[in-house]
Amino acid sequence: MPIKAREAMRTQDPQVRVRNFGEVALGYSDGQAGSEAGRCQQCKKKPCSSGCPVGVDIPAFIGLIKDGDILGAARKIKESNNLPAVCGRVCPQEEQCEKHCILGKKGEPVAIGRLERYVADYERQVGVETPPLPAPSAGVPDLAGAARKKVAIVGSGPSGLTVAADLARLGYGITVFEALHEPGGVLVYGIPEFRLPKAIVKEEIDNIRKLGAEVRVDAVIGKIDSVDELLANGYSAVFIGTGAGLPNFMGIPGENLNGVYSANEFLTRTNLMKAYRFPDFDTPVKVGKRVAVIGGGNVAMDSARCALRLGAEDVYIVYRRSEKEMPARREEVEHAVEEGVKLNLLCCPSRIIGNVDGWVEALECVKFELGEPDESGRCCPIRIKGSEYTISMDTVIMAIGNSPNPLISQTTPDLRTGRHGVLIADPETGATTKQGVYAGGDIVTGAATVISAMGAGKRAAAAIDRYLRGV
Amino acid sequence: MYRIVEKQDLTPTIKLMRVVAPAVAKKALAGQFIILRLHDRAERIPLTVADYDRDQGTITIVFQVVGKSTEELATVKVGESILNFVGPLGQASEIEHYGNVVCIGGGVGVAPIYPITRSLRQAGNRIASIIGARSADLLFFEEEMRSVSDEFYIVTDDGSKGRRGLVTDALGAILKSGEQIDLVFAIGPVPMMRAVADLTKTHGIRTVVSLNPVMVDGTGMCGGCRVSVGGTTKFACVDGPDFDAHQVDFDELLMRQRMYRKEEQESSEHYHQCSCRG
Repeated sequence: MPIKAREAMRTQDPQVRVRNFGEVALGYSDGQAGSEAGRCQQCKKKPCSSGCPVGVDIPAFIGLIKDGDILGAARKIKESNNLPAVCGRVCPQEEQCEKHCILGKKGEPVAIGRLERYVADYERQVGVETPPLPAPSAGVPDLAGAARKKVAIVGSGPSGLTVAADLARLGYGITVFEALHEPGGVLVYGIPEFRLPKAIVKEEIDNIRKLGAEVRVDAVIGKIDSVDELLANGYSAVFIGTGAGLPNFMGIPGENLNGVYSANEFLTRTNLMKAYRFPDFDTPVKVGKRVAVIGGGNVAMDSARCALRLGAEDVYIVYRRSEKEMPARREEVEHAVEEGVKLNLLCCPSRIIGNVDGWVEALECVKFELGEPDESGRCCPIRIKGSEYTISMDTVIMAIGNSPNPLISQTTPDLRTGRHGVLIADPETGATTKQGVYAGGDIVTGAATVISAMGAGKRAAAAIDRYLRGV
Repeated sequence: MYRIVEKQDLTPTIKLMRVVAPAVAKKALAGQFIILRLHDRAERIPLTVADYDRDQGTITIVFQVVGKSTEELATVKVGESILNFVGPLGQASEIEHYGNVVCIGGGVGVAPIYPITRSLRQAGNRIASIIGARSADLLFFEEEMRSVSDEFYIVTDDGSKGRRGLVTDALGAILKSGEQIDLVFAIGPVPMMRAVADLTKTHGIRTVVSLNPVMVDGTGMCGGCRVSVGGTTKFACVDGPDFDAHQVDFDELLMRQRMYRKEEQESSEHYHQCSCRG
């Protein structure tokens, strides 16, 4: 029997969406969701769930959609995932749950991510149910008053929010410390509005607040209290989820010219500071007619697509391998190309050339060819001697990765760090080399995904609970 | 929200505000900065700490009205609040016993040099300080600076108070006197800091400047504040703001400070249009 094709998701027309910051993907209708849910085979072994870093019971929630119990499906997802509206949008499902779907062997896997999004959006529309009262947990005997143990969470990105929600549910007193003026970490400063509307992030964070977690913005741990001071001042445990915040540059001539941005700065100005609404919002961003984005990951695609929406005429992705090796999600590359982003593959910048006033004028690139695959399985790019060429350019955005922010490790001497300054932590529990201090997300792994950070948060929350109960 | 408990017009365009921010005040040290954001559409403005009071939990900031955001900030009254106020950011100034130290503040740079001068004096240094402005009515913190200095000089461009000329003229006179100078600390407009650096370099005197490039987050996340120091790129927000003046690429700093000049103009015009209508 031929496998029924998956329900396509409606999107804004590329010609239209390239001129606005509204969401690109529009989600499933009720009918589409029901029909897509009907494709699920309800496998007993749940291979899909094994691919989910937070272990959502996928067949169960899809089964509830089939039964028409959408709020029940929402509750089911939230047993394991506190941010379904976010994950339904930004998880690389094709690498995770959907990769293990048995329908994928002969046809298209069930669109699990789209269904998750549908459920989360439905629940938001009808109003999120008041979360159940924290379940009593042995060892957290008196859930009110001074006996309640407090946990400090440093950073309000995906891992920190997950720990906050899980531990708040268990009855712990939670304070989340965020350095910026908005909580959400990469969900608010990095991922653009057209991929993840900020109103959704805000609602998800409000839901975590409703569980009793306090979120303090403008609070840079290490600059105000240090981790040691948190532990000395009433917090029984600390979770560090400060992310990979430090932008990398290439170290080529001309990188400090005006018109050269790190992707972090470009996206922060655009998303967090809302520069696309300048001058109604005060923070500007400079986008010329011709923009080059260096790199081939999701951050590069986000930057390129923002540049188009900010009025650039020609936007190029400059990447030194071929399209196949790009680390960005397939869907993101497709959306970018549909919108008019051009891919300059197998080349790499060697110099940025400026005019007399110190502004970017051109980009010198060198061509590459692909050699043998390296240990990661990706073909190694080899520089072609004498192949330098110059293209005129007004803006250059470096999207070549981030390093861990060293603020916590610098101010907490007994936290051990590894390669590139990542915090050393047990992958199963998040336990660091310092007692009572746990860590997870990009600060431990280097730049990765929202959901892997959430997975680390889940494991750390469970480990912190065990630690505080002394089991 | 962070309440304003004191406000002063130090000069027609330079304002002082004392802001309630106990967590920042508990840890702030001379040389560090804060970032504030007035309201939910406002930009993040970095300002060097001009003073701190740990008992009262307040931070003093001093700013010059130079564009839309500072103009709007100047309208906030005592009793009203600022939406966001984060710090203390950056590395504190290295306060040690150096010996004879010259502290120089130019324009609004007099505000951040004051707590540094005070800390250096408390550390046992002998302080000669120089403050400069275009004219007498633009000078402020005279008594504060005098009270933490062993020698004190005022310089104005037009000679309306103190010595006529530039801060480098006063510095040149000190150097000429043959007195042994162990460190020069200078904060002010970039051309002033560069002129000081050029002068002390010929005398081989260690010199520190505090840089104020364009910033967004102030925690190392955006890299907008990158400056070239000794041929390598530094982030002023986390590696600085203090740097060895003889290693700083001041030309690049000036060029980068001009990056948003057009937008600053546009923002200011937009603000005045809206203010007129409203």
